[in-house]
Amino acid sequence: MSVRRLAENQPDSFDFTPENKAWLDKQIAKYPDGRQASAVVPALWQAQKQNNYWLPQKAIEKVAEILGMPKIRVLEVATFYTMFNLEPVGKYYIQLCGTTPCMLCGSDDLIKVLERRVGPQRKVTADGLFSWLEVECLGACCNAPMVQINDDFFEDLTPQNFEKLLDDLAAGRTVKIGSQTGRVSSEPAGKLTSLTSLYGAK
Amino acid sequence: MTKILVDGVEVDVPGEFTLLQACEEAGAEVPRFCYHERLSIAGNCRMCLVEVKGGPPKPQASCAMSVKDLRPGPNGAPPEVFTKSPMVKKAREGVMEFLLLNHPLDCPICDQGGECDLQDQALVFGGDSSRYHENKRAVEDKFIGPLVKTEMTRCIHCTRCVRFTAEVAGTSDMGAIGRGEDMEITTYLEGAMTSELQGNVADLCPVGALLPKPQNFRARPWEYQKTETIDVMDALGSNIRVDSRGREVIRILPRVNDLVNEEWISDKTRQIVDGLKTQRLDRPYIRENGRLRPANWSEALSLVAAKTKATPAARIGALVGDLAAAEEIFALKLLAEQLGTPHLDCRQDGAKLDAKAGRASYLFNATIAGIEEADGLLIIGSNPRKESPVLNARIRKRWLAGDFTVSLVGEAVDLTYDYHYCGAGPESLSQFIKSAQPIGKLLVLIGQGALARPDGGVLLSLAAQAAQKLGGASAEWNGFSVLHTAAARVGALDLGFTPAPGGLDAQSMAQAGALDLIFNLGADELSIHPGAFVVYIGTHGDRGAHRADVILPGASFTEKSGLYANTEGRVQLASRVVFPPGEAREDWAILRALSGALGAPLPFDSLATLRKKLIETYPHFGRIDQIAPGSVSQIATLASAAGDVSRESLRSTITDFYLTNPIARASAVMAECSALAQSRLTQAAE
Repeated sequence: MSVRRLAENQPDSFDFTPENKAWLDKQIAKYPDGRQASAVVPALWQAQKQNNYWLPQKAIEKVAEILGMPKIRVLEVATFYTMFNLEPVGKYYIQLCGTTPCMLCGSDDLIKVLERRVGPQRKVTADGLFSWLEVECLGACCNAPMVQINDDFFEDLTPQNFEKLLDDLAAGRTVKIGSQTGRVSSEPAGKLTSLTSLYGAK
Repeated sequence: MTKILVDGVEVDVPGEFTLLQACEEAGAEVPRFCYHERLSIAGNCRMCLVEVKGGPPKPQASCAMSVKDLRPGPNGAPPEVFTKSPMVKKAREGVMEFLLLNHPLDCPICDQGGECDLQDQALVFGGDSSRYHENKRAVEDKFIGPLVKTEMTRCIHCTRCVRFTAEVAGTSDMGAIGRGEDMEITTYLEGAMTSELQGNVADLCPVGALLPKPQNFRARPWEYQKTETIDVMDALGSNIRVDSRGREVIRILPRVNDLVNEEWISDKTRQIVDGLKTQRLDRPYIRENGRLRPANWSEALSLVAAKTKATPAARIGALVGDLAAAEEIFALKLLAEQLGTPHLDCRQDGAKLDAKAGRASYLFNATIAGIEEADGLLIIGSNPRKESPVLNARIRKRWLAGDFTVSLVGEAVDLTYDYHYCGAGPESLSQFIKSAQPIGKLLVLIGQGALARPDGGVLLSLAAQAAQKLGGASAEWNGFSVLHTAAARVGALDLGFTPAPGGLDAQSMAQAGALDLIFNLGADELSIHPGAFVVYIGTHGDRGAHRADVILPGASFTEKSGLYANTEGRVQLASRVVFPPGEAREDWAILRALSGALGAPLPFDSLATLRKKLIETYPHFGRIDQIAPGSVSQIATLASAAGDVSRESLRSTITDFYLTNPIARASAVMAECSALAQSRLTQAAE
């Protein structure tokens, strides 16, 4: 992680769509009077979703206005959580786990793939399809190495199936979420080594 | 009360006390960075670690654990705290090592050096060499306003500044963005802070990250001559310490006085320093052929004497400005009495206050500390945020404590706390008095905006009625409070420096043809129309000096010792820090010399005899730091007066907080702050 700043090029305005505003009002109503600020994370999250998965300055200010918070308080939250993107991301925003288990299982090879195909981190490709970022552990160590693309995990990656995955995404084909080797959830990668008599038995 | 042993010393403290407070009670010193008595507890610097018996078996942050959290021993022995044990020492050394990891070793070029908490504590807990071999973190410096310079690499993230702006100042200017190693203290998108108390963050900063910008690289802390004195920028009478080097005032810092300013001062109090040196009148001047020419004292005094002798007493007037000390007001009054003129006034803004209605009619009777006892507040024609920012912070403190309703008649402005807006005109006040329910101890705060207008007397009476009817005036609680804007005003009213029977008030004196000779003791907020011969005794080349026919250069508040009564009537003694520049003299001495030139010397030869005489005539000036309270019955008398009010809206007399007096107007720093505030106003209006 490094110092996070707001993007240089900012849209002129931001406003919630009526549906999102209605959704947000419901979130705010969950909290007692005078505690509207509690809804800041859902509000920012919804703003980010509405704005192609990144948070412009105006959205931060809009959230501050709706929740009656000083702007700096909302900026603090937006810069604290790395799930808030402060600059534009690709249509497929790839978060690659580079923490120890994934690294041991070959995430460095995936980084090479990304660097070759997508370019440096935090740079959106010219077609607007991809951008990527190396992040800390995403909690799928059993199926390492893995990446998160938008809201979904893609696991058991090798340079080959990762390239195919990227090809499919670029071509707009449907892709399989989860393990790319056919493994079910986080079962052992080879065959069962324990509980063989119980597991899968009816 | 709970018994607790601190390093073997037993103390009996309230259960809510933190361990740190209990340790201090027992006389044990606990180092700290983030903890501050007047801010909320953050517990993030970890410097105040202590060892406890009866709590978790690990070092505890003493600022964030209360005494009642500790268990007593097996046989009911009181819980024990150790502040000097090997575990504590080791823990603090560890914390210090971490704090110093990323802290630059630039003490020799850091202005905080010599008065730096980190430096002082590193002396005790710091290692002799670093074990850190990684790259040190560097942080971009931020722009956070014209008064505070940043050197963010030095920041240790105690968040005192963040908590100050959020809690005390109420503007939430500062915050901490990012996290972990990348955490940075900044304002929103590096905008200037908007508070009138922003200078205090530099005092709060325990390291050299936030420093007063105008004093950048000016002096070292050990070079200062430190003088404790009183501020005159507003009527609060903040207790200050003026640091000077040689003949020059370098900086102004707050002193702790819980009854007045706690430990904050406004930006105007702090940063008019450069105004004390620029535009100064350092020699007498005489107007000849429409132009002022330098003169010497004997020449100027004999001209004034000749002019005085040639003018009948009924055509002579005397004005007192906003920054004068009681001694010189008294001396001017003696002089005026000697001359036999009834035309005296200290109310250059035309405020309808009169000493004859009793002291309670013009004092902040509730007292400043009393704000915290009030149950409700009614503000009439005042913007306390501009008129006295530190007092406003006290109101906010009371508001934050809860169960406090604020109502406002006048301009709807951002006061940093919520209020019920009654309306802009006097009719809203009458309406409020009719409809509101009594609420325990009501504080009625009436500002100069309501008083400095033709119907000010009636509004004063209405305010008294509000206090009477709604619980603001009883034997236990006198909540009728006038918020003054001029430091000299209460003193001058105490001395009765108002028109004698048949005398003109300030506004009438200033009219063309009203008088032939006016002695103007630093009244710069009033424009005197052509006609009269004006003798100006003052410090700066401001409005008064431009209009003057003779200028007798006086001493500013840092250059003379004098008594000031603040808005609550507390008499405080200001001390001399440096000498007046050039040929300028202390004002009382000028008046004494003038009387000598007139051939009828005033009955004092030194400041001490003058002060003695003043105290003989007005004994309450002898009780320094005390208030001679007004009587509640005077409020009843005041309330009985009646009259018609206009429908004109009430507005504060202060339009520009940063430029309210000649010293502030001479200051480039204040001019910059003012321009910034104005541009913010225009921006907000767009």
